[in-house]
Amino acid sequence: MSGLEAHLVTTRGSFTVDVELRVGAGEVVSVLGPNGSGKTTVLRMLAGLLPLTSGHIRIGAVTIEEPTRGLRSPAQSRGVGLVPQESLLFPHLRVRDQVAFGPRHRGSSRGESRQEADGWLGRTGLSELAARRPAELSGGQARRVAIARALAARPGLLLLDEPLAALDVRAVLELRSFLRRHLADFDGPTVLVTHDALDALVLADRLVVLDRGRVVQAGAPRDVAAHPRSHHVAALVGLNLVQGTAQGRVVTVSAQQQVEVVTADEHDGAVFCSFRPTAVAVYACAPSGSPRNVWRGEITGMTPYGDAVRLEIGGGLPLLADVTATAVAELGLAPGSTVWSTVKATDLDVYPV
Amino acid sequence: MSTSDRPARRPTAAATGRLPWQLLLPSFLAVALLALPVVGLLVRAPWSTLAQQVRDPEVLQALRLSLLTASTSTVVCLVLGTPLAWLLARSTLPGRRALRTLVTVPLVLPPVVGGVALLTVFGRTGIVGGWVYEASGYRLPFTTAGVVVAQTFVAMPFLVLAVEGALRSADPRFDDVAATFGASRWQTFSRVTLPLALPGILSGAILAWARALGEFGATITFNGSFPGTTRTMPSAVYNALNTDFDAAILLSLILLVVSVAILALLRERWLIGAVS
Repeated sequence: MSGLEAHLVTTRGSFTVDVELRVGAGEVVSVLGPNGSGKTTVLRMLAGLLPLTSGHIRIGAVTIEEPTRGLRSPAQSRGVGLVPQESLLFPHLRVRDQVAFGPRHRGSSRGESRQEADGWLGRTGLSELAARRPAELSGGQARRVAIARALAARPGLLLLDEPLAALDVRAVLELRSFLRRHLADFDGPTVLVTHDALDALVLADRLVVLDRGRVVQAGAPRDVAAHPRSHHVAALVGLNLVQGTAQGRVVTVSAQQQVEVVTADEHDGAVFCSFRPTAVAVYACAPSGSPRNVWRGEITGMTPYGDAVRLEIGGGLPLLADVTATAVAELGLAPGSTVWSTVKATDLDVYPV
Repeated sequence: MSTSDRPARRPTAAATGRLPWQLLLPSFLAVALLALPVVGLLVRAPWSTLAQQVRDPEVLQALRLSLLTASTSTVVCLVLGTPLAWLLARSTLPGRRALRTLVTVPLVLPPVVGGVALLTVFGRTGIVGGWVYEASGYRLPFTTAGVVVAQTFVAMPFLVLAVEGALRSADPRFDDVAATFGASRWQTFSRVTLPLALPGILSGAILAWARALGEFGATITFNGSFPGTTRTMPSAVYNALNTDFDAAILLSLILLVVSVAILALLRERWLIGAVS
């Protein structure tokens, strides 16, 4: 098996996607980003459903598409295995024929492809469903069939588009371990598109974070989660993120000139500061005393979060704060309340942009 | 996927009050206009001599010819019209708009005019027909094949438009998925697109069949009315009208029963089963 090496560029109207992607054989790279960041576009380009305007796609030494050299192999001859959004099982085919679809169109006879399908259904624990039609499957079962269908095509590149989206919690848990197991067995490159950080962290060897069609961060899941470089990732991993310019121990927040953040160590230039919502202390009136980071704001949202209550606080420095239910009651917190949020300088994680 | 959270389609009577007479009265008149002629047929039917007249060889001959030609032209419509519908719905062929307009012309053309138009092309002195006649001595008009051509001419637009609609509403993402799994465009069409559009294709075929069965104007203009070869049921009704009104009623009644029965049967067997 060989790896994927791609530079994917396409322009539609004013929206440009320009993404470089390298995925080794047996590696799982997760493309993460908010809606409209170009994730699905990336997948459609790899699958051959959307032409590149420039750049290239190579699997091993074979160039699959390179517009400047007039090269483009159509979707049907790329040998990819696609798990599309919402599964998209063919409504008229039973599960066995569904899974046999790939082998059947890659040269196997009807009988051979059915046999291959039965093999894959056995390996993925779906044999019992072989005679069912998609309408008779639960959402989680349909996803598993879609994954088996993609694997059965013996793809040189596996593409998964939001394989865990829009399922209930239990189904997601089961499917996540199913995916982990079968992605580990797959020896080609895998690209998994998701908007869910947890899926990306659990399933991927490496993350590529997109925003507005560009890569804003790439790296090992642990590093990306610890040091997010975009508000989307910060929100996904549950961190507060502030971007600003550091001068000594003072960071001037980019978005809001009057707001400053005091750090424990000295820094210089453009930096990110991240901190956990649990590190935020909330007061109903301005605290006095030790020189700490204090920001005035207004509660814009409150949601139960585990044992705590997660406050969304708007104002000069929008942030998330986790407080106990007791504190909410004692301070009489409600949406619209004015509060003072404080964070110790030692609880801030500061890293250069 | 679930439909339970959709709002109810019909407002409740409690919320909206009584039905307005401005809508009720025209509806009533419309139903009367549609239903009364059928009632008339049933009332005036020669029930006492029915059993004997139905076995009249001329009636059976016309009925057989009608069923044969209408079914044949439906098959021709399916074979030629389904690919055309696919081109209109799924391809990026230039001039698709003009093509669609062209396809719908027979819908608005008076059938008699259609018959005359067919004669100008396929007649013994027609553009194509003249050439064929000189080369082989074959002439299409006034033959059973000519009946099929006339019926296909008027029925094809119904099929094409119905199938095009079905293909448009079928999710094109399935075509994409099929392509990524190595299916060629033809395989995608025959193994994915076609089965998905099947309910629409069947209802299009039924529409085309009903139109072909009832076709009169183009058929009689292009083929005349010769018992056994070109006298279909509608031509037979017209013929009987001038000689024996009771026979015309009887033929009409048979045509009515046959078409309603077959439509009901197909609906039961295909449409309902295929959709749900």
